[in-house]
Order: sequence, then structure tokens, then C-alpha cells
Amino acid sequence: MTRHDFQTIAGWVKPGARVLDLGCGDGTLLKYLQDQRQVKGYGVELTDANILASIKHGVNVIQSDLEIGLSVFESGSFDCVILSQTLQAMRHTEPILREMLRVGREGIVTFPNFGYWKNRLQVLRGHMPVSDDIPYQWYDTPNVHLCTMHDFEALCAQLGIRIRERVVMTAGKQVNFMHNFTGSLAVYRFEKAQ
Amino acid sequence: MQPVSSVGIVVPQTAHFDTPLTLKSGAVLPRYDLVYETYGTLNASKSNAVLVCHALSGNHHVAGKYADSDKKPGWWDNMVGPGKPIDTDRFYVIGLNNLGGCHGSTGPASIDPATSQPFGSRFPLVTVEDWVESQARLADRLGIRQFAAIMGGSLGGMQALHWSIHYPQRVRHCLVIASAPKLTAQNIAFNDVARQAILTDPEFHGGDFYAHNTRPRRGLRLARMLGHITYLSDDVMGSKFGRVLRSGAFNYGYDVEFEIESYLRYQGDQFAERFDANTYLLMTKALDYFDPTHHHALPSLAAALAPATADFLVLSFTSDWRFAPERSREIVKALLDNARRVSYAEITSGHGHDAFLMPDAHYHALMRAYMERVIA
Repeated sequence: MTRHDFQTIAGWVKPGARVLDLGCGDGTLLKYLQDQRQVKGYGVELTDANILASIKHGVNVIQSDLEIGLSVFESGSFDCVILSQTLQAMRHTEPILREMLRVGREGIVTFPNFGYWKNRLQVLRGHMPVSDDIPYQWYDTPNVHLCTMHDFEALCAQLGIRIRERVVMTAGKQVNFMHNFTGSLAVYRFEKAQ
Repeated sequence: MQPVSSVGIVVPQTAHFDTPLTLKSGAVLPRYDLVYETYGTLNASKSNAVLVCHALSGNHHVAGKYADSDKKPGWWDNMVGPGKPIDTDRFYVIGLNNLGGCHGSTGPASIDPATSQPFGSRFPLVTVEDWVESQARLADRLGIRQFAAIMGGSLGGMQALHWSIHYPQRVRHCLVIASAPKLTAQNIAFNDVARQAILTDPEFHGGDFYAHNTRPRRGLRLARMLGHITYLSDDVMGSKFGRVLRSGAFNYGYDVEFEIESYLRYQGDQFAERFDANTYLLMTKALDYFDPTHHHALPSLAAALAPATADFLVLSFTSDWRFAPERSREIVKALLDNARRVSYAEITSGHGHDAFLMPDAHYHALMRAYMERVIA
């Protein structure tokens, strides 16, 4: 099984590209990109279980804490730096976005859109949202920085990041209107504004 | 725990070499022996060979026993064997005693054919580069052009690293465990204190103690005690020994009182009886000298590692302060700078430098998973 954002990401990654997958989890995405796009690159992970799973998946993985930056990687060493379903769980949001565009020409992030109507409805009903893309109870979540698509785009503008492409999905299907309301998962492709 | 199996009874072999080996120091060994052990079966394409390089006080006896009555198996028996992370049902594993060693390969205690006396002080200093050269000759002898993997912990990791640089086409996978690209000043300092303990022992006789039918036990014992402290972490020493007193009360004297004193003295005594002082000196110097950038005055470790083409697994242990994770990360960074295929894991362990010898479940799982990749 592949996650819904994988195909979109694969479509944005050139064959043979040098890719860095931050918070690569068990290495599934990087394996998918290796198989589909013959990319070369590394995953970065923190937990022992995910390091082991990534090695089992045949991807190269570096155990490191993203919160302390990407100092082990030289500037401009990747075509594409991916942060899939991890942004919302990071404390240092601005630094990691800057670091992504220091070590890579392009960045891709995916995150659950807090502005999705079902999330809004749950808040309106007086509860923190729990959904397919935010599958955690408030007291047991790794997520510390949930945001809406509007929020993310505003931050990009503030950081001098130019959004190249954007795909918004709900239950695996692309949505094409009122994204910040109808979309459950946002996938962005961005670069440094010139 | 699944039942662990062993390679069983093993027999060391000796390879004799008559082709002179010119050492890094300029000295020449006209002929020498290398003692080694092998486990598993070399396949028809000779593509499943794994070389295990040993650390400071290690040797060729990696796994198995010489007799059922042996108290202990080889030094990495928990890692190497049938069904173990380095699976001898699939790999042909070679362990050898490095030149200058004291377990059968030509070393300071060996008889110099020129004088019919032990080499002693006349045995030349050997380096990591020299070891790799001699290991390559053994590989030639065994018909192995390319190793599936070359690996080692600590000083053994340095040998694996040098293999990857010097013979890139002969190493498919390089596993560098609890190692460093070169020693720090602090590390060299520890080694020098250890050497001074040996060199200043009156029984050392300038390295020619064999002729005096003695050995510098006190010096070697102190060297080992010091080394042992640096191989353990403060935490593990604390949890293992704490401030526990053997008799339960202070005796107000200098005999053994604390358990840690008893432990260290015992370790030192054991070591002093079984290890050769000249070998200890030589091995610590080999550690000190190792620096992949040195001989060609390269600007960086990345430049030194540029020729390497192997896939790498680099492992470190959180409580290892003698070869700290930061040192492994230097190797990783240099490999990343060269866009080499590398994986790196920092294993949580309280056992200090010695952790690379311990049967930690996560460590073994990582090794097992990586070796699956090696066989693929």
C-alpha cells in the first residue's frame, strides 16, 4: 500500500534525482521513489524502529534529529528535499524549511490541512479533530504545529519561499475547489523565491 | 530468545608468506605468517566472503571454540555463526590475527629467523595500512578478489575504512562500528599513558624481556586497567560496581576495598598473563598513526574517502566516549559529501566502547538487516 501523496511526490521528482527524505519513517516513500524514479538519496530518521525498518527496506538512512538541523549535509547537495507528514510534528518549523532549501534546490512538504471542513466541524462541536490524516487524540499526538493551507502559504511568503505546485487531496482523491475547506491533505512543491 | 547456535569446534590455520612486505615505516618484513580462521563455506563464485578485522586486543578467534571444554568462545561469537546476524550458513567469514599480534601471526614474540631469537625490540612498527596490505595478500591466497563485506569495531573499523579507500574494487560493503576516522589528542594521551606504564616497567628490558625470561606484568596490567576504564561508561561502572565494598567496611589501607578495584585488578592481571607487551605497544601506535588524510596531505576526510565506492554502514553507541558518536558522524559526513551510499545508526547503549561486543537486540537486528542487503 502506498500513501496517497506518494504518487504526487513521485510525479514531481525527476528520474535519477538526488533526494533527501526527512522523517522518512520506515523508508516506504524513499523505496517507492527508488523503484519508480531511480532516485539516489537518503532518509533521515530519529527512532530506532524506523532506522531498522528503513534498512530492511533497502534505503540508506541516517539517524539524526531534524530539530537540530541538517548540518551533516552540504548546501545544494540535493535536487529535492522531502518532508512528508512531518512538518506538523516539528518544533522548529521555520528553521527546517530554511534548511530544506539550503541543502536542496526544491522542497516538497505534505501535511494534514487543519482547515479541512471535517476538522473545522469537530472544533465547532467543541472537540479537537481526529481524522484519517490527523489520527491522534489531543493528549497522545506527536503533532505540535498543525496549520491550515492559508497559514502555510502565509509562512512561505514571509520566508521568501515560492510555491511551484500544490496538490490537495481528500481520501486519496484530488480536490479542485475551495482547497482550504475541502482538502484533508496538502502537498506542496516549492523553491527559493529569486 | 531463539536458541543460539555456534560454528562449533574451529581450527586455526596458518598462511606463510615469502614475498617481502615493505611497511609504511620503510622497514621490510622478508617473510611472515598470518594465522586465521574461517567459518562457513566460500561459494563457487567466491562472492560471499566477509572479513572481520579485530581491535586492539582481539585476534583471529572470532567465533566457535577450540574444544568443548573452552570456557569462552571467540570474541564475536554472539554476532557470527549459523543463523546469527553474520550468518555463517550464507557467508564465508574470515578472521585473522594482524601482523605484530601475539596469537600466532608474526609478531614481536615470534622467532626472528635471522637471529633465532624473538624479534622483541627489533620488530618494526606496523600500521593499519600495513595490516590491510597483509590482509589483501591473505585474500589473494584464498582466491577472494572482492569481499561481500569488510567490517570491524574500533581499530577494526579503521582497517575496514582503509580497505574501502585503498582497495575500493575489493569491498562491496564496509561496516565501520564504534570507530573514528582518526584519534583525538585525548585518545592518543590515553594510549601514551598505557605505553609509558609498559616502557617504564623494569621487566620490559627495552622490549627484549623474552631473553630475560620475564614479562613486564605490572606495566601491561596498568595499561589494561587504564584502557578498561575508557572502554566502559561511567553509568555502567556505577550500576555494576557503584561504591560497593568487598568487606562491607572501610579498611583504611591500600588493598582492594571497592569492587571496582577488584574488577580492574583482576582484568589487568588476566591480561598481563596472556597478552604480549610489545604487541600492546604496537597496536596502540597503529591506532595513533591512523589518519586517512595524512600520507597524501589531503585537505579533508571527504577527500580521503573520495576513492571509496563501497556501501557503508556506520554504527556508534551513545555511551561510547572513547570513540564517541560524533567521531562516527565525521565518517558519515565525509561519505555524504562524496554522495556515497551510507546508513548510520546511533545505538542507545550504556556499555560504553565495549558495546560493540555486546549482544544488544537492536544492534544485532541492524546488523542482521544490513547483512540481508549484503547477500542480495
